[in-house]
Amino acid sequence: MEIDVKFFASLRERMGRTSDKVTLDQPAATVAVVWAKVSSEPMPSNILVAVNKEYTDLNQALKGGDEVAFFPPVTGG
Amino acid sequence: MKVVVQTDKLDPYQAITHHETTELESGKHGGVVSFVGTMRDFNDGEDVTAMNLDYYPGMTEKHIEQVCQEAMEGWDVMDVLVVHRAGDVYPSDPIVLVAVWSAHRAAAFDACRYVINYLKERAPFWKCEVTTEGKKHWVEHNSEDPGAAKSRLKSA
Repeated sequence: MEIDVKFFASLRERMGRTSDKVTLDQPAATVAVVWAKVSSEPMPSNILVAVNKEYTDLNQALKGGDEVAFFPPVTGG
Repeated sequence: MKVVVQTDKLDPYQAITHHETTELESGKHGGVVSFVGTMRDFNDGEDVTAMNLDYYPGMTEKHIEQVCQEAMEGWDVMDVLVVHRAGDVYPSDPIVLVAVWSAHRAAAFDACRYVINYLKERAPFWKCEVTTEGKKHWVEHNSEDPGAAKSRLKSA
């Protein structure tokens, strides 16, 4: 299944891209599997996760077409 | 209820007038309470000349709408308008407007404070500041401690 990945703010600069597309073969793959596909480093502990624009965590199971976003803590308006 | 995130310049007072004349029934509300946040030219002891506000299109609006909905359910208010800037902003530019219409002032003050406090705490925006020395840096956390904002709200 294909997953759309987005990065924001300082993490976007660190990753060197605003978005990515990953293909997962595993059934019931989680957000953690997506991170392992986009980075060889462990996810920094302060990074937040959203799936389909709702906050969640690394354990969430994904389905094809899901949008996964990684970003640093928000700094508000 | 209306939520807008825009890269265009924001005129908060025009936005209030426009919303009131186009969306609210004349003579029914007793007042409007508004909060307008503007950009400071300093932060953490450094002079700031510009700032870029990054956001997550779709998620940011959805999130602010949820907070406005909570305010509409929590207090006896008639309407809530939020307009938030994104992109490049400069000192004294209005960054955020929260306006709340109600029949009586107490509900409007409380709902307005609720929306702005939670918006600053949870809404997906990220600030990147440019200092007078030309240094760019991402603000790591909000200047106001979210925990403190929450406890003040509870005690209000």
